[in-house]
Amino acid sequence: MIDAGIRIEGLRKRYGEGDTAVDALKDVNMTVAPGEVVGLIGPSGSGKSTLLKCLGAVIEPTAGRMILGGQTIYDDGWKIPDLRALRRDSIGFVFQAPYLIPFLDVTDNVALLPMLAGRSNDEARARALELLVALDVGHRAKAQPSELSGGEQQRVSIARALANQPPVILADEPTAPLDSERALAVVRILNQMATQFHTAIIVVTHDEKIIPTFKRIYHIRDGRTEEEVGQGLSL
Amino acid sequence: MISLAGRDILHSWGKFVLTGIGLGLLIGVTLSMAGIYRGMVDDAQALLDNSGADLWVVQQDTQGPYAESSSLRDDVVRSVLGLPGVARAANVTYLTMQVRQSQGQGEARDGQEVRAMIVGFEPGQPGEPGYLVAGRHITRSHYEAVVDVRTGFALGERIRIRRHDYTVVGLTRRMVSSGGDPMVFIPLKDAQEAQFLKDNDAILNDRARTAANPALNRPGVPGLLEAIQASQAANHNVNTVLVQVQPGVPAESVAEPIRRWKHLEAYTRAQMEEILIAKLIATSARQIAMFLVILAVVSAAIVAFIIYTMTLGKIREIAVLKLIGTRNRTIAGMILQQALGLGLIGFIVGKVAATLWAPIFPKYVLLEPGDAVRGLVAVMLICALASTLAIRAALKVDPAAAIGG
Repeated sequence: MIDAGIRIEGLRKRYGEGDTAVDALKDVNMTVAPGEVVGLIGPSGSGKSTLLKCLGAVIEPTAGRMILGGQTIYDDGWKIPDLRALRRDSIGFVFQAPYLIPFLDVTDNVALLPMLAGRSNDEARARALELLVALDVGHRAKAQPSELSGGEQQRVSIARALANQPPVILADEPTAPLDSERALAVVRILNQMATQFHTAIIVVTHDEKIIPTFKRIYHIRDGRTEEEVGQGLSL
Repeated sequence: MISLAGRDILHSWGKFVLTGIGLGLLIGVTLSMAGIYRGMVDDAQALLDNSGADLWVVQQDTQGPYAESSSLRDDVVRSVLGLPGVARAANVTYLTMQVRQSQGQGEARDGQEVRAMIVGFEPGQPGEPGYLVAGRHITRSHYEAVVDVRTGFALGERIRIRRHDYTVVGLTRRMVSSGGDPMVFIPLKDAQEAQFLKDNDAILNDRARTAANPALNRPGVPGLLEAIQASQAANHNVNTVLVQVQPGVPAESVAEPIRRWKHLEAYTRAQMEEILIAKLIATSARQIAMFLVILAVVSAAIVAFIIYTMTLGKIREIAVLKLIGTRNRTIAGMILQQALGLGLIGFIVGKVAATLWAPIFPKYVLLEPGDAVRGLVAVMLICALASTLAIRAALKVDPAAAIGG
């Protein structure tokens, strides 16, 4: 049992009804402890994206149980009422492309989340700057996203994911557009942040360069997960 | 909370300003159309104000002298003057025609033609131009003129009206017909002649016909033929009698006996205003109203299209914003503020453009502050309405679209 992090039991997701119904997730079980980074790998169509969307509280599972950060968000048909606030406060997202808001500078891209959560602009910007410094992009705080390199943009997006100190971060192919060196740097940062902020992180990836770095890996095939011990190569 | 709309506008201000300028020119046209209507109404009111009359006495069963033709004998004025409550009354004629600069008056404007309303008046009586901006009033009985500055004629220039040349001795301002044509004031007798003058061939022909008529050409009655011919060539008609009533006397109390006993029509200021505004320029007003409606619809369509396109260009950002927990109303507010911002830029550009180009219009364009305020409110409402399409599209964006696969 874990008190926080991620816990999923018997999660199922069915699209459609009757003869045309498709079971994208059949029996998913997962646990990720606070401060842990686990990999989620699987072929195309295996259900990775569906699982990520269920975890991200943007689609509703059909059955099962999900607990994020110690909070039950879905339990066999029951769901937490305010999913938007849950996404804002309890889940950080890192995408394949950084998807920074192009019309906000780096600081405000990160500060936006605390602002949405009701913190004052000054407080939110101070928090953003703290994270940007921690992620070694503090010197680009006033830059526009278009002025950053790919690696810098990804670090800013990690800072954004951490801005509200969520217990959970979902990273969807975060190293796909990066070369080996930068990809490993991103994984190293994710591990540091997980340890530093006690955050449970799931990294969905196809990237062979980073798979050996995970200590635990979940394989997903035909909507079912299997746990595997990873190599946990030192970064 | 930072203004997402403001940041987006600042980020792509060039695109925004250029779009605003395009929209602004359209709004400028709309404001100008409203200004043209206001100018027509103001011209009509200026016409009535400048006449200095409380009552217009015209031919029975007509709505003259501006909306319909009206012809009165010029001695009607004497019987009107005898009515109780009348302070002053005077004959006036109106004739709209092309007025030419006389040949040989300088090379640049030699023979220049201006469409003008010729006003025949009696000096010192109602109908005289109220004030002059240069020169003097008419002092001679014939062949002097006071002109509105919009005719383009200058003091001392000679202008040709029908067969005679007139010297411009005074300049006045805002003396225009209900159609916006500048006025040229000349002595009443000259105006009567100009209005009803036949050409020389027609006069000779009439004289010959009269002389050939044995009933009119009687050898035993010397002077009869000459008297008849003289009466045929002379004109004793005018278009209206302008009446000023004594202070404290209601105009209607003077108008009523004129209608009843003189077999004439008499209109008060309010009735004349009704004729000019509600009847004479009503069709033009409806035409302009149609243009305003079309321009409003076109503006709304343009704003809707622009905002919708801009929103579609940000679908991924909107999905990310929704995924990270941005409220729908924040996103809707961002789009609405952008639409309103675009409207505001457009309105400012439109107002400046309309103000700059209004004096170039051949007719008077009156841009009233009240119309500008109403225009701003309408633009904002149109923009708000137009943004609903984009807001609907944005609210339909699935936050899951930000997550790949």
